[in-house]
Amino acid sequence: MRNVLAVTKRELGAYFTTPLAYVFIVVFLALAGALTFYAGGFFERGQADLQAFFVFHPWLYLFFAPAIAMRLWAEEKRTGTIELLMTLPVRTAEAVIGKFLAAWLFVGVALALTFPMWLTVGYLGEPDNGVILLSYLGSWLLAGAFLAIGATVSALTRNQVIAFVLGAAVCFLFLMSGVDLVLAPLRGLVPPVVLELVASFSFLHHFGEITKGVVSLASLVFLFAVIGVGLLVNTLVLELEKA
Amino acid sequence: MEPMVVLDRLTRDFGPVRAVDSVSFSVRRGEVVGFLGPNGAGKTTTMRMITGYLLPTSGTARVMGFDVVEAPLEVKRRLGYLPEGAPLYGDMTVEALLRFVAEVRGYSGAEKRRRVGEAAEKAQLLDVLRQPVDTLSKGYKRRVGLAQAILHDPPVLILDEPTDGLDPNQKYDVRRLVQEMAPHKAIIVSTHILEEVDAVCTRAVVIARGRVVADAHPDELRTLSPRHNAVRVRIAADGVEGLAKQIRRLPVVREVEIERAMDGMADLVVLPRDGREIAADLLGWLRAQGVAVTEFFVEQGRLDDVFRVLTTRAEREAAAHA
Repeated sequence: MRNVLAVTKRELGAYFTTPLAYVFIVVFLALAGALTFYAGGFFERGQADLQAFFVFHPWLYLFFAPAIAMRLWAEEKRTGTIELLMTLPVRTAEAVIGKFLAAWLFVGVALALTFPMWLTVGYLGEPDNGVILLSYLGSWLLAGAFLAIGATVSALTRNQVIAFVLGAAVCFLFLMSGVDLVLAPLRGLVPPVVLELVASFSFLHHFGEITKGVVSLASLVFLFAVIGVGLLVNTLVLELEKA
Repeated sequence: MEPMVVLDRLTRDFGPVRAVDSVSFSVRRGEVVGFLGPNGAGKTTTMRMITGYLLPTSGTARVMGFDVVEAPLEVKRRLGYLPEGAPLYGDMTVEALLRFVAEVRGYSGAEKRRRVGEAAEKAQLLDVLRQPVDTLSKGYKRRVGLAQAILHDPPVLILDEPTDGLDPNQKYDVRRLVQEMAPHKAIIVSTHILEEVDAVCTRAVVIARGRVVADAHPDELRTLSPRHNAVRVRIAADGVEGLAKQIRRLPVVREVEIERAMDGMADLVVLPRDGREIAADLLGWLRAQGVAVTEFFVEQGRLDDVFRVLTTRAEREAAAHA
């Protein structure tokens, strides 16, 4: 645990020592806001909720999460510091979790800074604050799932660009797995059970449930499971490289 | 008591290539082992296996009695390791980096501050503590690498080419630091700079093509040189050829080489048969002949020659097997 925190602290420091982190946050906030008001029709909807805000989060994360996660391992491999880290008395899993937490906290900070949105809707009407809070948590959880995937992909290469592109591609597959675009070609080819399984992997579906205020255990378990499996695979990838 | 570091038939394959082939040796407290070999001989791979960065294909290494395959964390706790090229987190300040290492090594509070301070002082980093590592010169970076390796005062130190790419003063500093720590630790230093072996090492292990080809004190290694116990005699240059011919006929002499110097003098390099000591015999003979000798010098043999002989022999044998 102590090691996890030490790694998390170092990684968070690494995010914020470069101006990139601030650029990142600003762009995220600007995009989140613009999408809500222009594409989401926040005012036009005339409803005191943040649906117009949260509905774009999966798409924002699709690019932001791999961008945040891409340096986690690829950078260590490129500069050789991975040898320093892995020969310190840190378990591989501790390093994996520590790095993931840093990235997750970073997104948490960006997400928390969208609070004016909540204030706005609270000023204009009487929103269901419980649903909004839940949506925020759901959004953060979704980001975690994306980051776990991004971090794992980052461990496969020493090139951050490859890590980003590959990470975004894998995240895209998960995101789209419930959409007809993906399901239609499969229909008829595979048994309905498999089709349902693929559909159940859909980030959009699970996240949609949460932002509607429906806390289904399945959705929570699913997102946590993606994080857990992602980190496990990440650890295995690194362990396998020793052999 | 078992030596502090034991390499037990350590072997590592990369695909079809055997990079390290059954390397065994051990290091006791107070020993500084120079780990020599040409580039690509398997030095770094061997060190990476001892430090738990790579798993051996077969065989193992033990550090303070802990097996690196079975108990890698215990081994890592007892090791200080400077990886090749001293990779460091460039965006961190020296202080932040050392603190991070201290935290991972289990120190906190006052103990952490003390450890960081001591390591920085030993490695002479006190004046750059607040600087980002990326802004430091090569010599300073190497010292940061050393500081993180000695921060927990480990019983075993593994240094992969600690002086590579440093200027002579920086090399001197690093060697002095190693020497200071030597009495209480078991140290393995890889290098391909042979003067380093003389400067700091109590033992030299030479590997070539992944195999150990020599394991001895540097002075013993020298005896393997074709020039070991050769005698260099400076005499007047005229008539040197005739004299060389006469010396060649002596039973203890294998070969005589002539090296002409300036100002009408020449050097005769007399190579002994079987590396014997021939200085006394030769001097007696020269006196008896009435040869005027201005300089008389017994060569120890150069480590460079030994290194070349040992490693090229291994290359040739490998080529013959292929």
